[in-house]
Amino acid sequence: MAKKKDTIKKVWKYISRYRAYLILSVLLAAVTVILTLYVPILVGYAIDGIIGPGNVDFHGILGILIKIGAVVAATAALQWVMNAVNNKITYNVVRDLRLAAFGKIQKLPFSYLDSHTSGEVVSRVIADADQFAEGLLMGFTQLFSGVMTIIGTLFFMFRINIWIALVVVCLTPLSLLVAKFIASRTYNMFMVQSKARAEQTSLIDEAINNLKLIKAFSREKIIIDEFDYANDYLHDWSLKAVFFSSITNPATRFVNNIVYAAVALAGAIAACSGHITVGLLSSFLSYANQYTKPFNEISGVVTELQNAIACAERLLELINETQETPELGNAKTLSNAEGYVDIDHVYFSYSPNTKLIDDLELNVKPGQRIAIVGPTGCGKTTIINLLMRFYDPDSGVISVDGEPIKELTRKSLRTSYGMVLQETWLKSGTIRDNIVMGRPDATDEEVVAAAKAAHSYSFIRRLPNGFDTVIGEDGGSLSQGQKQLLCITRVMLCRPPMLILDEATSSIDTRTEIKIQKAFNELMKGKTSFIVAHRLSTIREADEILVMKDGRVIEQGNHERLMKRGGFYAELYNSQFKQPEIKTRKR
Amino acid sequence: MKKLLVYLKDYKKESVLGPLFKLLEALFELFVPLVVAAIIDKGIANNDHGYIVRMCIILAVLGVIGLVCSITAQFFAAKAAVGFSTKLRHALFAHIQSFSHSEIDAIGASTLITRMTSDINQVQSGVNLVLRLFLRSPFVVFGAMIMAFTIDVPSALIFAVAIPVLALIVFGIMLLTMPLYKKSQRALDSVLTKTRENITGARVLRAFCMEERESEDFAERNETLVSIQKFVGKISALMNPLTYAVINAAVIVLIWQGAMRVDSGALTQGQVVALYNYMSQILVELIKLANMIISLTKALACANRISDVMDIRCSLKNGSVSTGIEDAPVVEFENAALMYNGASETAVEGVSFTAVRGEMVGIIGGTGSGKTSLVNLIPRFYDVCAGCVKVNGVDVREYDIDALRAKIGVVPQKAVLFKGTVRSNLEWGGEDRDRDFAIEAVKASQSMEFIFKLDRGFDTYVSQNGSNLSGGQRQRLTIARALMKRPEILILDDSASALDFATDAKLRRAIRNLPYDPTVFVVSQRASSVMKADKIIVLDDGVPAGIGTHEELLDNCEVYREIYYSQFPKEEQANG
Repeated sequence: MAKKKDTIKKVWKYISRYRAYLILSVLLAAVTVILTLYVPILVGYAIDGIIGPGNVDFHGILGILIKIGAVVAATAALQWVMNAVNNKITYNVVRDLRLAAFGKIQKLPFSYLDSHTSGEVVSRVIADADQFAEGLLMGFTQLFSGVMTIIGTLFFMFRINIWIALVVVCLTPLSLLVAKFIASRTYNMFMVQSKARAEQTSLIDEAINNLKLIKAFSREKIIIDEFDYANDYLHDWSLKAVFFSSITNPATRFVNNIVYAAVALAGAIAACSGHITVGLLSSFLSYANQYTKPFNEISGVVTELQNAIACAERLLELINETQETPELGNAKTLSNAEGYVDIDHVYFSYSPNTKLIDDLELNVKPGQRIAIVGPTGCGKTTIINLLMRFYDPDSGVISVDGEPIKELTRKSLRTSYGMVLQETWLKSGTIRDNIVMGRPDATDEEVVAAAKAAHSYSFIRRLPNGFDTVIGEDGGSLSQGQKQLLCITRVMLCRPPMLILDEATSSIDTRTEIKIQKAFNELMKGKTSFIVAHRLSTIREADEILVMKDGRVIEQGNHERLMKRGGFYAELYNSQFKQPEIKTRKR
Repeated sequence: MKKLLVYLKDYKKESVLGPLFKLLEALFELFVPLVVAAIIDKGIANNDHGYIVRMCIILAVLGVIGLVCSITAQFFAAKAAVGFSTKLRHALFAHIQSFSHSEIDAIGASTLITRMTSDINQVQSGVNLVLRLFLRSPFVVFGAMIMAFTIDVPSALIFAVAIPVLALIVFGIMLLTMPLYKKSQRALDSVLTKTRENITGARVLRAFCMEERESEDFAERNETLVSIQKFVGKISALMNPLTYAVINAAVIVLIWQGAMRVDSGALTQGQVVALYNYMSQILVELIKLANMIISLTKALACANRISDVMDIRCSLKNGSVSTGIEDAPVVEFENAALMYNGASETAVEGVSFTAVRGEMVGIIGGTGSGKTSLVNLIPRFYDVCAGCVKVNGVDVREYDIDALRAKIGVVPQKAVLFKGTVRSNLEWGGEDRDRDFAIEAVKASQSMEFIFKLDRGFDTYVSQNGSNLSGGQRQRLTIARALMKRPEILILDDSASALDFATDAKLRRAIRNLPYDPTVFVVSQRASSVMKADKIIVLDDGVPAGIGTHEELLDNCEVYREIYYSQFPKEEQANG
């Protein structure tokens, strides 16, 4: 509850910017509701002027009809303005929330991004924002005009005739009770239904995603049987849930009809004794019809509001997520780095329970090559995360050119590195958009030169629109190797003083791999580079090798030293590379 | 849509009775204004309390009848709609299970899942809605008009004018806004894409310091979305005020007309009230109808999508042969070629080789060189477009597909397990196999050791996709699963990637020593995995660049040499 209040307070911060519109909306709602309720009374007066043959007050009726016309025209106009105002508030608030959320995404620490799926975050920014807007603001206006309608109706009814009004007031809560009774009875059925549905969906998910496997083992019939079992279960509960919940409307309508009959009875008898005119009786009857509607709507609105608050909570959780440690006020800018990198007593782990980097020491001079070696999934990216300052070490200092990276601006540190990851990432847009990422001002000649140097020019030229070919999210139809060449081109254009490279593993065919290798060599000329290495030649030529296993650096040194040591590296080397060597030598 | 109606066949009775009872309910509702008119004209005018009480009891009775009718209608509608969707879901699921790999590739799993889940749910609500409301609303609208005609023809003409005008407004606004809603959906998609990109590409974007530029781009897309939304909002916000104005204009005319008719004695006061009540009923129902048409078009679109999937037929024709020729080679490719649907070039072509019992065949080549395509031809996951593939001397197309696949154990690249237990996953290879088979399979796949270390051994729970096991454990279990079949042909499609070297070596040795001598196909990009095979097929861009042993290929196959030396550089030889 306290949390809910807190959420509402935070939401208010975004809504309060449109306070003036909000007040306007409330005023308009009040006015339109009162005007809407006034019309049946006017109609009643008009009908009272029509008594019988030769007994019609044309003059009076004409006046009333003109009045009705004016009221209706005003109501319609105000209603439209109110809707437009509400739309404006809703869409603007959502826009502001989305902007805030997107701004936050840009500043989220990687520990957050790595532990949440993209779908989860996207659904907060897109779906939750929408649901919140519709639920909260529409819910709010409905709630407000609903309450206004009820109060207004009561007011008019009591003014016309207290006794008939009392009949209505006493009987209408019945419809609420009935609706509530049905809802509480069906709640359980809905729970079972959604559980059954979730189970079936997970079965469908599994069976369809792995359909090829099912075919390979000829399991189709067995899976269909399993499915039918779940399907029949779902059928039984769906039928109950759908049917019983659909009783709500007829039941409340029935209560409504009874109220109507009661009003007709009380009203007609009152009319006989002249306590009420026929026209006002008809106004009463139309009120009796309208009166229960907001009650039923309000009960729906409450769940909608609760849902909206839940959505807002998720969205605000994202917006208020702690962001990466801000830069120091006097952060220095690193320009034209020479390429000294010092890692001094660095400790790091993603979670406190598992130590990963334990007292890492590394001194790199300009132009040196550092190879990071180890089995797949051993956490080689951890080193990249620390160098690029995607994560901060728990203790210890990493410095570039003698400056601790914590005292540098992130922007200048990151632009000093060129990074090519094995998991290539391309944005939707043209090939050119993707290449000029680091230097939006690059000329055509520079782009072509970079592409030539990175060996990507030949395939780009063959694409339908060359550099202007639009590629979809994540590269679309390009092959893995082509995507990596594009990523290299991107870095080639910037020529940063230091490099972080992730060598291709088996997913790329040999010929492209040779091209990528050539491009890497071109890039690395005279630059400090960190390479996640798979190729023997890269490893052997490295000035320093970091051997990683299970996320930790377990050995460190150059090839000869590590071989002599006879540890994990030697074992890895022998198992992967030595054996075939002997065999070929025999020949 | 029409084709899907077949699944409503068993609910004919319900589909007729549902709307029928709904109509009855509406009919009784239409009587109410007449009763009220009678109360005013006879009861109040004659000060007849008894008459008034009787009429009000009739009103209450009409309410009871309405309740009974509509609950009955809801029941039949729910029964028909839920029953329909259950049958449809079964039929669609079974139909999807009949698809061959080609169809699965063409449609895509995520599409199929959407069809099975949210699309069918939408159709269910659609059917329910149609049975309950589709007849009711027009019936009330026209019923009210007809009732008006029975009261007074000149007054009823106002209805005849008002209804088309209202319909024009309601449906005109709907038609106008629908394309705009689509446009705003596209704008939303573009906001969504940008958001997702900035999460999945966060490392690259921040490495290139793109944050500001991306934020500007996002703000622009966001603004576009909001301006479209506001525009659509302004138009659809016209609906309520306009209909309200028209209805009340009609009421004004009606009262004026009524006043003149009452003055001339053609109408009574109560009848004017009745006409006024009918006018109010029309508005409510028209708005309901408009909302329903929106949900209905959605449901109809879903139904059409489902129906499209139902129209897709499995492209493989089943054969009838169940056993092969005894002494024929186990696998034989004769100039086989495969072209995927919609592709312009073959994935593999010109493949010819034979493999006999107990032989090990290695298949090597770069990504996209057609290795998996080649082995997929053996269990007939795809049909050749030229040449043929024979198993035990019989063309795979002549086999009964289940009989063919029973001979073959496949270990796919992606190690996927199903929700259940270790045992239930192994049973995929055959539920009725005896213990010896299981022990042999588990031992050979090097799974014994780790299964015993699991909390509950063979009864350990396996979550969806096997995500509670490590990659290596999953991979070994998928191998055990295939070995449970004691297959004549075993296909290992790059399936030792998560195993460490020692386990991989043990696994390969164990497979060689299997007592039933399967013919083994090993697909890999690594020369070290296939070097020891009896026969290596080197694929380059879908075409065999060489077939032979490791030594032969080193001598005469340029592509093989290139692959081999890229993984084991030449200088190693010089050094040694």
